Formats: sequence, C-alpha cells, structure tokens
Amino acid sequence: MRAPLSWIKDYVDLDGISIEELAHRLTMAGLEIEEITFVGLPLPPGDKHDFKVEGIEWARDKIVVAEVREVGPHPNADRLTLCRLHDGDGEHTVLTGAPNLFPYKGQGPLDPPLKVAYAREGTTLYDGHAEGWQLMTLKKALIRGVESYSMVCSEKELGISEEHEGILFLPEDAPTGIPLADYMGDAVLDIAITPNIARNANILGVAREIAALFERELKQPDTAFKAEGSPVAGQFKIQIENPELNPRFVAGLIRDVKIQPSPGWVQRRLRLAGQRPINNIVDVTNYVMLDIGQPLHAFDYDELMRRAGGKPPTLITRTAKKGEKLTTLDEVEHPLQDFTVLVADTKGSHSIAGIMGGLDTEVTEKTTNVLLEGANWNFINIRQTLGYLKMNSEASYRFSRGVHPALAPRGVGRGLELMRQWAGGTVCEGLVDEYPQPYADPTTELTAEDVRRWLGIDLAAKDIAAILARLGFATRVKGEVVSATAPDHRVDISADPVIGKADLLEEIARIYGYDNIPETRLADVLPPQRNNAALEFEEGVRDLLVRQGLQEIITYRLTSPEREDKRLPPGVAPDPKPYVTLKNPISPDRFAMRKSMLASMLEILERNARLRARLAFFEIGFVYHDSESGPLPDEKPRLVIAITGPRDLPNWQSAEPELLDYYDLKGIAEALLEGLHLTGIRYEPGQHPSFHPGKQARVLAGERQLGTLGELHPAVHGQHDLGPAPVLVATFALDALMAAAPPRHEMREVPAFPPVLEDLAFIVDEALPAGQVQALIEQTGGSTLAGVRLFDVYRGEQLGKGKKSLAYALTYQAADRTLTDDEVAKLRKKIIGRLERELGAALRA
Amino acid sequence: MDTLKQLDQIEKDGLAALAAASDEEALAAWRTAHLGRKSGLMAAFDGMKDLTKEERPLVGRRANEVKQALESALEKKQSALRMAALEASLSGEHLDVSLPGRAQPLGRLHPVNQTLRRIYAIFAEMGFQVYRSREVESDDYNFTFLNIPAHHPARDMWDTFHTDREGVILRTHTSPGQIHAMREYCPETIRVILPGMVYRYEQVTTRSEMQFNQVEGLAVGPNITFGDLKGTLTDFARRLFNPQVRTRFRASHFPFTEPSAEMDVECFVCMGDGCSVCKGTGWLEILGSGMVHPTVLRAGGYDPEQVSGFAFGMGPERITMLLHRITDIRHFWRNDVRFLEQF
Repeated sequence: MRAPLSWIKDYVDLDGISIEELAHRLTMAGLEIEEITFVGLPLPPGDKHDFKVEGIEWARDKIVVAEVREVGPHPNADRLTLCRLHDGDGEHTVLTGAPNLFPYKGQGPLDPPLKVAYAREGTTLYDGHAEGWQLMTLKKALIRGVESYSMVCSEKELGISEEHEGILFLPEDAPTGIPLADYMGDAVLDIAITPNIARNANILGVAREIAALFERELKQPDTAFKAEGSPVAGQFKIQIENPELNPRFVAGLIRDVKIQPSPGWVQRRLRLAGQRPINNIVDVTNYVMLDIGQPLHAFDYDELMRRAGGKPPTLITRTAKKGEKLTTLDEVEHPLQDFTVLVADTKGSHSIAGIMGGLDTEVTEKTTNVLLEGANWNFINIRQTLGYLKMNSEASYRFSRGVHPALAPRGVGRGLELMRQWAGGTVCEGLVDEYPQPYADPTTELTAEDVRRWLGIDLAAKDIAAILARLGFATRVKGEVVSATAPDHRVDISADPVIGKADLLEEIARIYGYDNIPETRLADVLPPQRNNAALEFEEGVRDLLVRQGLQEIITYRLTSPEREDKRLPPGVAPDPKPYVTLKNPISPDRFAMRKSMLASMLEILERNARLRARLAFFEIGFVYHDSESGPLPDEKPRLVIAITGPRDLPNWQSAEPELLDYYDLKGIAEALLEGLHLTGIRYEPGQHPSFHPGKQARVLAGERQLGTLGELHPAVHGQHDLGPAPVLVATFALDALMAAAPPRHEMREVPAFPPVLEDLAFIVDEALPAGQVQALIEQTGGSTLAGVRLFDVYRGEQLGKGKKSLAYALTYQAADRTLTDDEVAKLRKKIIGRLERELGAALRA
Repeated sequence: MDTLKQLDQIEKDGLAALAAASDEEALAAWRTAHLGRKSGLMAAFDGMKDLTKEERPLVGRRANEVKQALESALEKKQSALRMAALEASLSGEHLDVSLPGRAQPLGRLHPVNQTLRRIYAIFAEMGFQVYRSREVESDDYNFTFLNIPAHHPARDMWDTFHTDREGVILRTHTSPGQIHAMREYCPETIRVILPGMVYRYEQVTTRSEMQFNQVEGLAVGPNITFGDLKGTLTDFARRLFNPQVRTRFRASHFPFTEPSAEMDVECFVCMGDGCSVCKGTGWLEILGSGMVHPTVLRAGGYDPEQVSGFAFGMGPERITMLLHRITDIRHFWRNDVRFLEQF
C-alpha cells in the first residue's frame, strides 16, 4: 500500500523522525518499506538504503510558492499567456500554455492573486510533455519572440501525479516566497502488507504502528458527522438473511449533494496513494477506505426508491439464487454461485457484497441523494467468491483479509461528514445499524514466564502490558498475569487462549524489537541422534561417481509423457501405469511427474551434445510411480549414468581418439559396486527396450536386479539430437543397491607369503560368456586362488571358426604358508580339468 | 724397513695414476696395474712369507691399508665419472614445461549439492539431523496442518501446482516434513533439517523457478526461545559466509510460525556498504524463520503449553547464486557443462 507522509501526519506527529529511521523501524517491525517515492522532500543522503528510492526532490532555492498577479496575452501566440508573477523576491514574466490560466487572461490585476508552484531557471524537474518520467532542466529560451527562463508547474512536472492538463493551483493562504518543499513536499511509503497485518492496509493503521514503535500519541480519526436532516429511520430498511456471512450492515443518508470534482488536495492525496479521483462522492468512499480501512459503497438513493415503487427501499443481503447473474460497475455480467452474498432490494440484486457494486444503482452525475453503506462480510466467504470470479478490487482486498465490524459505523460517519464538506448537502440524522452477529474482542492472558519461555527475554508484567497498550490493547495486570483485550480494529488475535498468547507474543516481540532480543545458543535437551542411512548411502554413491570423473546433474522432475516416450524405440508401448499429472501446469511440456531418469538424462545429453565431444554425467533423483495404496505416488530413488564420446579428453599429443564403449561404462559400474562393497554381482544379457539388444546387461545381486547398463538403442539414439558416438547408459534402483550393500565389510588379511603367478589361456566357444569361465575358475581355485584377471581375448584362424581364446592371469597364494610347486600344480590341474569337462574348454598351449 | 717404504710408494704412485685416469677404460687398466695380480701391491703381499715373524704383522696391516685406500679411491673416481657421464647425457633432454598437461576428467557434484553438503555439515555439528519426506504431498500436510486452512488468505502466499488427484499437490515448501518429523518423533525433542525439492506455479525467469530446493529446519523442546533461533541462525550464517558477518531479524509473516522473522545477512560482497548484489541495501535476504505456531505443534502431537520450537527455511539455489554471483537461476537445471564445470 502507498502511504503519503503528509497523510500519515494526520494521525501521528513525525517531527524529529527522519524518513530513513521511519522506514527502518517499520521494516524491522514487519511493515516492509519496499520503495519510497519522494515528491519534493529531500532524498536521503548516500546510496545505501533499505528501500528503493524513486521521485525527485524540489530544490528549496529554486521551486517556491509564488503568486500570479495578472495573466496577459502572448504577443505572437494565441495559445500562450504571459503571467506577471511575484516569487517573494521580485516580479517575473512567465510564459505558459496552461489552459486553466486562460479564463484569467486579460482580466487585469487579479485579486486575490493565484497561488502557484514556480520553478526558477536551472531547476530540475519532470518533463510534462514527455512520455513517462523524464527529467529536464529549465534553461533560458526564446519562445515566439519572448524570453522564458522559468515556469509555473503542473502536478506532473513536480512528480505529484500524471496530471498535466493545467498548472497546479495552491490554496489562497499558501505563503508566497517559501520553498514549495516546505509547504507541501511529501514522500510516499510503499509498504508490503502481509496477510496477518491487513489491519494496517490504511493510513490510520500505519500511523498506529508508528505511534507504537516511536511511543507517540495516536490521534483518533473524527467519525462524528453534522446531521441537520430528518432522521434516517423510516427512509430505508436493512434486512440481513445470513448473519454468519454478513455480521453487520450500517448505512446513512445524505441529501442534495452536488456531484463535482473533489477538492484539489483530496485528489492529490488519492493520486499519491495510487487511487484515481472520480468525483466527490466516489472519492469519499475511496478516501475513507484508504484513511481508516472501512470500504464503503454509495448508492443513488432515488434509484433505490424508484426500484421500490416510490416507497422507502429495503436493502436485503442474501446469497445468490441458482442461476442468478449480476452486472457490476465495470459492465461485466457475472454468473453467480449459490454461496455468493449479494446486496439486493425487493426488485433484485445490485451488488456483489464486499467486492463490487452494480451498474443499476451506482452514483451518477445526476445523483442528488446518496445512501452510504458500510458493511462487514465474512472474509472466507468473500475469498471463495473471489476465487471463482477472478476479480479484485481495493474493497475486496480488505474484506477478504478481515475487517473489524466496529469500523462500519465509523466509516459511514466519517464518509457522510466528508460528503457534506466536499459535496454540500444535508446529512440525515442517525444511522441504520443492523448488527446481528457482534464480534467479541478476545481477552488473552499471558505471564512474564510465557514471554521468557517463548522469546527468551525477561519483561515484567507491567512492561508487557505497556507494550500491548501502545498497540491499543486494553490491559490489566494482576500479579504476574497480564490480561489484554484486543482493540476493536483487529481480528487477528485468536480466541483460543494458547494461540491468542502466541499472537500477543508476536506483537510484544515486534514492538520490543527483534534487534533487542539477545542471541543465545540452544541449551535444550539434545534429541536422540540418528543417522539418515538413505542420504548417507546416496552421498556415498555420489562420491564414488565423482571420484571416477563424472559430472553430477540435477534435472526437472516435471516432464511430459511425449518426452519420456522418446526413450523407447518406435513401436514399443510405454508402461501403461498413469502419471501424476498437474491440473494447472505452467508449461505445456512439463505437466507430469517423471517415471524415467533416462529421459531426463537424454534431455541434458542433447543440450550438451554440441558443446563437448566427451560427456560423462550422473544424476540421483526420484521417479514417481503410481501407488496401489492411495493417491500419493511411490517416490523411488534412482541413479542414472551416461557416458559418450572419446575415451580420453582432447589432448595435444593424442592420436586418433578411441570412443567410450560398453566396457568403459561397465568399468564405472564395477568400481561403483566395488566401492559399495557389493559382492556376488552378475551381469547377464538384458532385454530393456531402450538399450541395444546385444549390448546390454542386467546387473544382479542374487536374483534381485539392481540395474541395467548398456549402449543406448540406436533407434532411441536416432530420436534424439545427439552426436554420432554411442551413448552408454546405466540405471540403478538406489534402494535396491542400498539393500544389497553390506552395512560393513571385513578386511582380508594382507598376504605375508609370496604369491605364485601364472597365466593360463583357454580356447572356448565364441558364445560362451567370459563371466562363466571366470566364475568356474574362481569357484575351483577356492581360497588359494587369490586373484583371477582376464588380460586378453583373442580370435584367430588357428583357433578355428567360432572359437575364442581367453587368457587369465592367476595369482595363487596362501595366507599361512608359501605354496609348494606341487600344491600349485595340483590346483592348476583341477582348474583345467573342470574347464575342459564342464565348459568344453581346451588349454591353449 | 724397506717393504713399508715400498708400500708408501705404491700408494702414492697408485693415487697419482688414478687422478690421471679419465674414462672407464683407463680405470680398468689402472685396476689391473695397481690392484691386479701382477701389481706391486700384490707382490708385497706375496713377499710377506719371506719376512720375519716380527715384521709380518706390521707389513700386513700396512698392505691392507694401502689396498683399502686404493679401492675406495677407485670407487669414488668411478662414481664421479658415472655422474659426469649421466649429466652429459641429461643435458640433451629438455621438455617444454609450459606445454599443457594431459587432461584428466575431474568429477564434480552439482553446485547445488555442494551447497547442500555445506549446509548439512554445519547443522550436523549443531545436532540437527537430516529428515526427508515426500514431494507429492497431500493438501493437509502442505497446508492444513501448517495452520493454513482452506480459503485462508495465507494460501495466496504460495502458487501451488495441483495434481489431477483430489487433495494431492506438489509440495510448495519442505514444511510438510515438520509434521511428518513431529508425528514420528513425538514426544522426543527434535532437531532436524528437512532438505528437498519443492514446486511452485511460477513462470521460469532469471529470478524464479518452478522447481527448487529448500532446506527447512525444526527444533522442538521444552526450553527453546526466539533468542535460540537468533543465535542458531546467526552461528549458521557466520559459518557459511564469514565469521564476522552480521545478521538482522525482521518481523515477517508465515502462517506456521509466530513470531516470524526474515533473516538478512550483511552483504558479503560489499561488507554492507551497498552494491549491486544487495541492491544497495547492504543486506541480503537469506531465510525465513520463526517460533513454531501452536497450531503446528498441536498438529505434530505436542502441547504448546509444554514445549516450544523454532523453524526456518532457506533456498540453497539462492545461497549458491549469492556465493558465486550467479545471476540466472535457470542455469541450475539447464546443466550446461560450461556452467557445471565452474564449480
């Protein structure tokens, strides 16, 4: 909300408080000052401010109050005038085209003179003729043969508003010659109002906070009105059908008003506060809302009479009927829901309660008699209506956050009096006040111990009471107990005694100052300490992969089925389980929670495909699978690894680079699983549709599949914008990995006796997986065979067609003795024998 | 005694001849001449049998001394010659040491996870353990239990992704984890941090994302004050940014805490003088915090008349951006290697 300082001063004295100090204290107390627009007052020194600085300062020696004593014609231009002006020091001739000076042209000396804002040569102000807010500096110029060096200013030139139709006229009593900044310099605070302090979305509310923070007196607004008309009773009636939704409805009547523009200062205030002036009656409703926080609505009373067939009208508040529609002030027709509250009469509805008035009964230029409504509405109900109408107004902003019902008669009273002052007319005596559901201001008890326990500060009961009193609470101190009754302008203090206490503690902390609460270290009981095994495991996996030179990525978990389907070759149907989809996606390609990490990875590979030939990524994240146990999906942790491109990074020495292949990826997977101390891992041919049918493996621990690895299916590869090199991908179920990993592993003794090293090569059928050969060697060698490493795979004519040779380096070693040649020979023979018998292998000579 | 004199001469001649030898060949010849079977020294050993019983030990000792002296001189000379030869050969081997090294792939964590690890480590030392909970969440856990009833104005503070399933949303903050943790641990005291991904219905721009991480914190116990909140979070800021950094706590509003506070940290780029990073304010907004609202404590199973607590929440992406002057949040999920390789 935008609060001009000049308006705040109606309610609290700001003398001796700098704008910076004011902004700082308000910000610290939860009324964050986002921006200050300076309208004449000096800008704060330096560049460091807690807030954004906008606007201009009026140079005190250059912009002054002056009087135009005579308006004469310009000798060479009909649309310009020459003003004889006195600025307190002397007379000047000022040239202007302002249309609002034309009526004075040629009338001779003016008595009284016109008070204006006068800018001397060299002044910097806004260019009134430019679009937006451009600064310009006044320089001497010859305009149609007359020298001009100064000017009389419009509101726009001074930065007050966008008004540039004519110049600004000041009140007759404005003292000629004084700096304009002293006379009417202002600054507008732009305050972010959080929902819990909606009570402060008005000038009085801001002033009340300032008064509490700076311990100053708050002046109360004048809500009395001078009534000289006949009593209001009998001139109309109010009928509330649902007090729950409309706890209070107050109205008054003013007759014989003259609709016209509001006084200049009122228009200026409204503009500074961000409200467009309309006419004096509508302006009153807006002014009072901005002033004290009660939204008002003005009806054309005669129109209400006409609708009632010439009889005194009855205003009825009720919920909308099925299928009912209403056209609001903005000439939009709205279909209504049955919970929406309307203001109606015997003829039909005319306003959506608390949100917007209707077209039929609004105040027009012809209106003479005005019925002024100040009502109170259920804020949750207003929100529900706003929810489907998708409308917003200043009134609904306030009603949807809660307005205290006590404000209704104050608002109407103040409104009637201001209408009387600004529009003439006679106010009818009294108000009609239907208040079927009175609001009980809660009384909350709290003690010094509560303050100590919750805030960590020691305050005596009387000091607690004093702080609350500064905010308008009625307090009583009885021993250690403070009872505080909430003031009748706020509805945020809970009637629940425990929650109400927290509400008060917040107020005490705010006013006492968060800054003044000491910083302490936790001295409370330390809870039982627990590991987060899943996170620790995950971080361990990250480390194992980073150590192997992989780059971690984090991707969007929102995707689209189309994007995910691209991970499968054409013609392969995706898993039919439903996605978790969004009702309100923000982007058409991200409306479903992903089911595949591979698809996310492919998206990132595509993005980087042209940036680097060699890519090596991994991601740990969740996939979201439909659950049978309820609407919430299973969130499964997954790991995906992808590598592609040359095996080595580009290098000034390298010859033709070799490309990463299946075995590079398998090496990474093996190192990962070894790092996790997994044993008994098997790699068996797999059938995952995303992978090359002949170049993929299922990774198994016992019968449980941990993951899949292999080369991306060429058809899938082709569906993505990737480089030509094969892409190797591994996916693992992190929870399965964790379940398979031993919680600890035992050390194998470092051998103390020398090993016997030996190479054996076997010729086997091409189709026999090397894994089987190795497994049989290991099994046969038992504990004496300390190591088996495949070091060569050879195919050649001398081996015969369909044969291959697998060469192994064997390490024989015993933990407790040096092996004898005999022992080794025996074991060797056993190994060769089993391989020959069981796998049809032949020892290669 | 002639033999002893002869030995003196043999030593003297031998050392002189050795000094003149300048290559391996000359050394071999010298060895034959001075230590070989036909050398004067060997002749002296051979002649000992002709000496008297008294002379023999004297000559024997002296002959051995001379032998050792010559052998050790030879060794020294050989070693010196080898060194000289090696040096001569090395003088031809020069690398261009300024040529680039052979690049090795350097693995890296995503920058956000690097920040998360720092946050975990700092809080772990203060006794806060990591607690994680689901991302696709029920409306009740995300809002209702956190003192944000349906139609409450506070719901406007979050732009929520609703799913097509009734009452199921993408969590807008990690705060539902507070309820999960309290319900799991009640009536124990609690100190946890709750990291994880959250989602907001927001246009993706340089400053806002629809998916980002949060780290929430929660402490619950019989004796926890707003002063503890300030102390704990200030300690955290000093460890994350720098030991001297100042903090300030501004009143704010979150439905699940009361009182609520925003913590600002003195800008560590300009040290509070005002710069483009802190937009001239000297302060950086780092996290939201507050005392756990009684309604939330109750929802978690605790009695707000017996225990109190504080909670806080921060954005690791924002912190990463501030630490490294990253100006576009979209870098994080874009995963451009040219970005990732810098961390």
